[in-house]
Amino acid sequence: MKIVKKKRGRTQSIDKEKMQTKVASMNEDFEPSIIGFLCNWCAYAGADLAGTSRIKYPPNMKSIRVMCSGRVDPVFIIESLKNGADGVLVAGCHLGDCHYQSGNYKTNRRIILLKKLLGQLGINPNRVRFEYVSASEGHKFAETVTEFVDDLRTIGPNPLREEKQ
Amino acid sequence: MKKGQTENPEKLKFAFYWAASCGGCEVAVLDIDEKILNVVAAADILFWPVALDTKYKDVEAMKDKNIDVCFFNGAIRTSENEHMAKLLRNKAKVLVAFGACACSGGIPGLANVGNREEVFDVAYLSSPSTHNTDKTTPKTSTRVEEGELTLPEFYDIVKTLDQVVDVDYYLPGCPPSPKLISDAVDAIVQNKLPPKGSVLAPLKSVCDECKFEKSEKRIAETKRIYEVKDIDANKCLLEQGIICMGPATRGGCEARCLNANMPCTGCGGPTPESLDQGAKMISALASILGIEDEQKMSQKDIEELIEKVSDPLGTFYKYTLPASVINRRIKEQ
Repeated sequence: MKIVKKKRGRTQSIDKEKMQTKVASMNEDFEPSIIGFLCNWCAYAGADLAGTSRIKYPPNMKSIRVMCSGRVDPVFIIESLKNGADGVLVAGCHLGDCHYQSGNYKTNRRIILLKKLLGQLGINPNRVRFEYVSASEGHKFAETVTEFVDDLRTIGPNPLREEKQ
Repeated sequence: MKKGQTENPEKLKFAFYWAASCGGCEVAVLDIDEKILNVVAAADILFWPVALDTKYKDVEAMKDKNIDVCFFNGAIRTSENEHMAKLLRNKAKVLVAFGACACSGGIPGLANVGNREEVFDVAYLSSPSTHNTDKTTPKTSTRVEEGELTLPEFYDIVKTLDQVVDVDYYLPGCPPSPKLISDAVDAIVQNKLPPKGSVLAPLKSVCDECKFEKSEKRIAETKRIYEVKDIDANKCLLEQGIICMGPATRGGCEARCLNANMPCTGCGGPTPESLDQGAKMISALASILGIEDEQKMSQKDIEELIEKVSDPLGTFYKYTLPASVINRRIKEQ
């Protein structure tokens, strides 16, 4: 059954089924969807290690491998949020360990500035997280994801996702 | 054009319209100085509310595609703006989004940090100089003794022209520079327009046209203009700590602001292939800010340094908020 709702001059049609999922998402059943940008040299290897060591962590993150956390343009993060990601994790090498000398220093500063912008746009800045995870830190990787999923459960679903539907 | 006067079939037919804008774009048309005579020689102006007394109904009476080129400035703020955009789209063969507001929302687009209710509250109710005991705000229709009075609907958010109708060309700038305008008119007259959807401005950034000397960019801290002492008159303003949108902004303006020793504020919109001007500037600025001592600085130092950029949204999206990826403030619980 389709319910047609007029909103801001646009006609939006919402499936009853989708509405039910929306209601469900308000509850504790809400499963955050996370986009993870992982640097090739550290964080991605860390995620691999977590996998090969069979460390359990929630399956909510879709990982995207980038050569360096410095490759992560703020547009990628904004686009992810616009397209409905509840959270965006950027993970790179520890400071001083960057394979390209200083990519992670730049990302650190970019994300601080981006979070300030997101606050002005009314989006919870804690939806974006930057972490340092080395290739040997499988445990830290799993902990980071677990913690982030828990945080996002408290923050709730991304309002832009509802708009997209 | 007066009624009864026959249209010269050899001449092009132009129309100008203003929607949510300040009127600066209308003046910019005259900034091309004596070249305006070339425009008049090549074209008849059928509709131009700021200068000619043509009524909306005269436009409505025209045949479809009767106008050759319509220059549309201003963003879409009200239902009247949208109605005229749709009407002129039908009546014009070529529709040009003229100026930053039509291209990307411009200054009126900054209202997207609020909504209709908040705009009305400041404009009609809560500002200290307002005396409005009846709490009157604009309504689309009001009953009075004489009958019903109507006003266009004020939308919740500002939209760009291309979010409402199909746009053929974009002429960016606040306002577009005389050179860009005359180049565009020449291209129209000589029938040498680029492919549909093009921005009628160069592909390079404002930095490419700027007079200041540039070297490797390293900024110790950002400064407001009044905080800069001993300014170097020849050196890039960004390198001196003044936030200049030049690197993230499309050129074509001949760096007019910089020639007047003022930093670029970004009216040319994003550079080609860039989705979001503000995000690009965040990327550019954050990568050079504090780069010199990055290895010595603590996280707290870095946060304090970045905290000095007091208004990222207003600085980086001054002219492009409605056209950016997230085009309005979201209300998160």
